[in-house]
Amino acid sequence: MFDLDRIRENFPILKTKMSGQPLIYFDNAATTLKPLNVIREVERILSTQSVNIHRGDYQLSYDISNQYEEVRKSVAKFINAQSDEIVFTSGATESLNYVAYGLEHLIEEGDVILTTHTDHASNLLPWFEVAKRKNATIEYFELTPEGRIDLTNLNQQIHNKVKVITLVHVSNVLGYVNPVEEIIELAHQKDICVVLDGAQSVAHLSIDVKKIDVDFLAWSGHKMCSPTGVGVLYGKKTWLDKLRSIKLGGGANAVFDENGNYELKSSPSRFEAGTPAIESTIALKAAIEFLSGVGMDQIHAHETMLKDYFLSKIQHFNHIKVYNLSTDTGIVIFNIDGIFAQDAAAYLSSKGIAVRAGNHCAKLIHHVIGVTETLRASFYLYNTIREVDVLVEVLKEITLEKCVDLYI
Amino acid sequence: MDLQDPQLMRSIIMDHYQYPRNRRECHDHNCKSVHMNSESCIDDIMVFVKVDQGVIKDFCFTGQACTISTASTSILSELVKNKTLAEAKVIVDEYRKMVNLELFDSESLQEAVAFSNIGKQANRIKCALIGWDALSQIIAESEE
Repeated sequence: MFDLDRIRENFPILKTKMSGQPLIYFDNAATTLKPLNVIREVERILSTQSVNIHRGDYQLSYDISNQYEEVRKSVAKFINAQSDEIVFTSGATESLNYVAYGLEHLIEEGDVILTTHTDHASNLLPWFEVAKRKNATIEYFELTPEGRIDLTNLNQQIHNKVKVITLVHVSNVLGYVNPVEEIIELAHQKDICVVLDGAQSVAHLSIDVKKIDVDFLAWSGHKMCSPTGVGVLYGKKTWLDKLRSIKLGGGANAVFDENGNYELKSSPSRFEAGTPAIESTIALKAAIEFLSGVGMDQIHAHETMLKDYFLSKIQHFNHIKVYNLSTDTGIVIFNIDGIFAQDAAAYLSSKGIAVRAGNHCAKLIHHVIGVTETLRASFYLYNTIREVDVLVEVLKEITLEKCVDLYI
Repeated sequence: MDLQDPQLMRSIIMDHYQYPRNRRECHDHNCKSVHMNSESCIDDIMVFVKVDQGVIKDFCFTGQACTISTASTSILSELVKNKTLAEAKVIVDEYRKMVNLELFDSESLQEAVAFSNIGKQANRIKCALIGWDALSQIIAESEE
């Protein structure tokens, strides 16, 4: 059963205030709040087990190394993968950089990397750089007027020059779930590698990497209730073995000599040079347990219920324009007539409400929605109808005068 | 100008936000331009300044920016036109003192005093300075 009161009791930050008002946190697409079991896990490790992994000739290190590897199993189970297909990174950005630079050696002049105008800078910029280095070309999927991937000419879009398809699973701006299964099926018929940016999907939907048959999936722990500093790169074993290591050092090598010869360990270890964010990674397991305990399908249903409720309340407000009315998730982007997004966000902040203003790091999005700056409210499992009501009330009475009055 | 009159301060800011002065491009090739992004906000503006024999002949700007950035840059554009670089520098220096909540001389700032309380909202100080920082940069370049 989805017990909202019990869920909320697990998030101590929800009892705090912002600008003297009870905190209403609607910036979940940026990062998520942390439950008690995650907080306690970090405290437990820092208080009693703050030693390094993989160096263990003593009991504490042996224990922490085991716990660290248990997280790999837990993450693998969460997305239906094998443990040796899970690479720990610092976050989705690092995961996506690993893929782009790790596959660079396979990219040849004239190859095409296919992506979307709705993708995040963290997925686009590494590939822009690789394309520049290899004289490859970036192409974009055709989009419908509302900004969804247009499947009508999919066969022509995924043409023979395409080497890699890299795209966002759920857009962090539009909230659409991209039709990845259709894309992956067609791509694989043409031996094209498919990379998914799962920053907004893994924390909100149940994902089965075997079912969708994706080659790489990247995401961040902090967007699914774990601490910052840990992320995941899932890669099919066959693809991980083709990926070059771009970060070398301790923990990643098996042997090396003074002549500069070295041999790397097998994946995933060869991607994990250096001491990782141990406590964050171990707390990621606690976050997965928390979310799994609630149920990913229930979480998704709760978010979309809040989104539907919010849209139903604001749709008759003439001063508000929503850009993604058909959003599939808990992400809504909108603007208020005559008030710049940042000013509106500052006013909402003065009422205790946290939303994001800007282009949300998807700087090509104006090709789709026609504006560069928007407000974004993004819901998660701990948000309530009552909180949405507060947002609706503030949006009802917001004026430019009130926004300016914050500064005089 | 009465700094204690919130209605007047509000109307100055709103007027310059809704009807920004000198928001246009400059195509004069003698014009120096600076592209400004603020870290704390999502402002993205381009400032154009034409300096001729040590005098600011034109100041204009383009781009998307919040109320504070737009209004403060608009006010600046009117304040410094036809001022010498030395005079403009004095105005900018006084304005900086004001937004940092230091003692300042309101005489030269005219409508810019509408931002005398912006320093209390630390996260918006950069917005209030965006156009002013651009001018400082151009003044420094002109003096080289």
